[in-house]
Amino acid sequence: MNILSMVSNLPGMKRKAHSSRQAEGVLVALVVITLFASLRYDAFLSEYNIMTFLAYNSMFILIGLGMCFVIMTGGIDLSVGSVVALSSVVVAKVSEYGIEVALPVGILVGVTTGAINAFVITRLKIVPFIATLAMMLGARGMALVISGNQSVDVSWESNFTQFGLGKMFDFIPWPVVAMLVAFAFCWLLLEKFAFGRHVLAIGGNEEASKLMGLEVNRTLFGVYVLSGALAGLSGVMLASGFGAGQPLEGLGWELSAIAAVVVGGTLLTGGLGSITSTLLGAILLGLIFNILNFENGLGTISFSAYWQSVIRGGFLLVVVIIQAKIMNRKKAHS
Amino acid sequence: MNTSILEEQRKVPRTLSARALSQVKNNGALWAFFLLLLINILITPNFLQIQTLYVNLTQVATVAIVAIGMTLVIASGGIDLSVGALMALAGTIAPMIFLSDFAASSPALGLFLAIVVAISAAGLAGLFNGYLISVYKIQPIIATLILFISGRGIAQVLTNGELQTFDNPSFEFIGTGRIFGIPVQAIITMVLALSIAWVLKRSIYGRFLLAVGGNEKAAELAGVPAKKVKMITYMVCGLLAGIAGLITTAINSASDANQTGQLMELDAISAAIVGGVLLTGGKAPILGAVLGAAIIQLVGYTLLANGVHDAVAMVAKAIIIIVAVYLQQVKGAK
Repeated sequence: MNILSMVSNLPGMKRKAHSSRQAEGVLVALVVITLFASLRYDAFLSEYNIMTFLAYNSMFILIGLGMCFVIMTGGIDLSVGSVVALSSVVVAKVSEYGIEVALPVGILVGVTTGAINAFVITRLKIVPFIATLAMMLGARGMALVISGNQSVDVSWESNFTQFGLGKMFDFIPWPVVAMLVAFAFCWLLLEKFAFGRHVLAIGGNEEASKLMGLEVNRTLFGVYVLSGALAGLSGVMLASGFGAGQPLEGLGWELSAIAAVVVGGTLLTGGLGSITSTLLGAILLGLIFNILNFENGLGTISFSAYWQSVIRGGFLLVVVIIQAKIMNRKKAHS
Repeated sequence: MNTSILEEQRKVPRTLSARALSQVKNNGALWAFFLLLLINILITPNFLQIQTLYVNLTQVATVAIVAIGMTLVIASGGIDLSVGALMALAGTIAPMIFLSDFAASSPALGLFLAIVVAISAAGLAGLFNGYLISVYKIQPIIATLILFISGRGIAQVLTNGELQTFDNPSFEFIGTGRIFGIPVQAIITMVLALSIAWVLKRSIYGRFLLAVGGNEKAAELAGVPAKKVKMITYMVCGLLAGIAGLITTAINSASDANQTGQLMELDAISAAIVGGVLLTGGKAPILGAVLGAAIIQLVGYTLLANGVHDAVAMVAKAIIIIVAVYLQQVKGAK
């Protein structure tokens, strides 16, 4: 019970009963899995594992945060995986000028694709699913065109790879720092600024929000640009952490991001959601892979990497069924 | 809503061919198709050769078959992201059976079982999607996301991600064979398209499907068994994906769980949309889906045959999707 009360005091979890219950569930699952893993595997709680895990998953957490905003408005952004690839290719091309140039360029790539998505959605009135599906193809195509169909080597002379591989104070990997900053930014945006309330209002009822005089289009614009920008940042991490711009990377990442958001308890119908529990959801899904690796390391049973997707899918299944049961019961009561 | 469905049905011309004609006339896809043909005759070298036709027919068949299923699903007001994964699943199961010891002793029965079991498995998976969507009321995009993630994973686990190569002329016939000079998969596609179009027009299922897609609540109140209709629809979509998976495997004389059906969900959705299916549901142009697949195939071929980078074709596809949906909406608004 202690954990539960702790969670309900966490920021951002008080607003909605449903969301908070789900967040409690996610946190409990996270704690249980972590406890289990730390007892079973010696190196699980080592600094190395924790930092490597967080650094790698920062990329997924970033696009998960963007996706959370998009989904809260009742939309979807299928283009993020391709935008990660496009951004990684573009920043690899400019990596010789150093991270000071590459970082803004990568984010700008994402902002541009996000702005195009927003234009198609708000001006041409095409549903987000189709608009971002087209961008998924378009951005992937652009990535392949720019890279000439192969991975683009980054410059090792400049400080570019320092971002992906280096650590702040020799302790926290830079991607984790960037992820935490982005998380804080998103949290503030949702909880403390009018923008966040507008996002939720639009997701709750777009028509009513419009009638109330909310700048619906402007808010939607902001949401898709934010999602794009975070994907762009994720692309910088990819290129800088793996030493290459990779036009074929990021396949299916948008769906992992959606899974993280859903596991975190944000409903696809929009209108409510939590940044904190999206973060937890992304970590939870990432942990499955981490634990699989450790389990194989023990040598008693061997799961191939392919089991990862089977288990993730099964996990998602359990979560959505529980969610659906809660929702349907609530509907039956009201 | 109800009256519009009735009007829609009254407007439907009597014969199948007249109906097909009105379908294509309405969405302009036929004009686009002829325009593409004309451009190709003018600029593409060696276009007017029977070999060109064969190449295109062979490549378009699987997309067209999956697009038919996707059209049904979209007409019911849903979406199916799992089709590519189900193709991989069926494509993996079939060789496992006809390469087994049992099939070695009785090849005919082995082959029969291989095809039936593989397609049934995909159908069952589709039914599972339909069950989640209709009984648990989970949004289609999330419900089918589960098998998108784990369906391919199951196929990979079954084969440990390895390529299964085989030499089985009777099975390869569905991928490489010809009847009266026409590629078998093109015949399969047309037979499936015509029979499903006929079923939609003639059977109560067709009417129910459009009613559910048009307005599910109204349909349910009017006594339409909406749950059953949806489950059947997703099952058919799964079955069709299974057939497409077998054809892909037969063409390659190898099953590759990693690659079979990769990105097929995008191609199928694009083809269905270009073919004139409405994302709001309530309309199921089956022959339109085949035409949509043909248009997308032809665009890719035109670019490729004229030496344009493969990746540019993806960008072109993206633009086609946006234009097609935009035109559809402009027309709808009139």
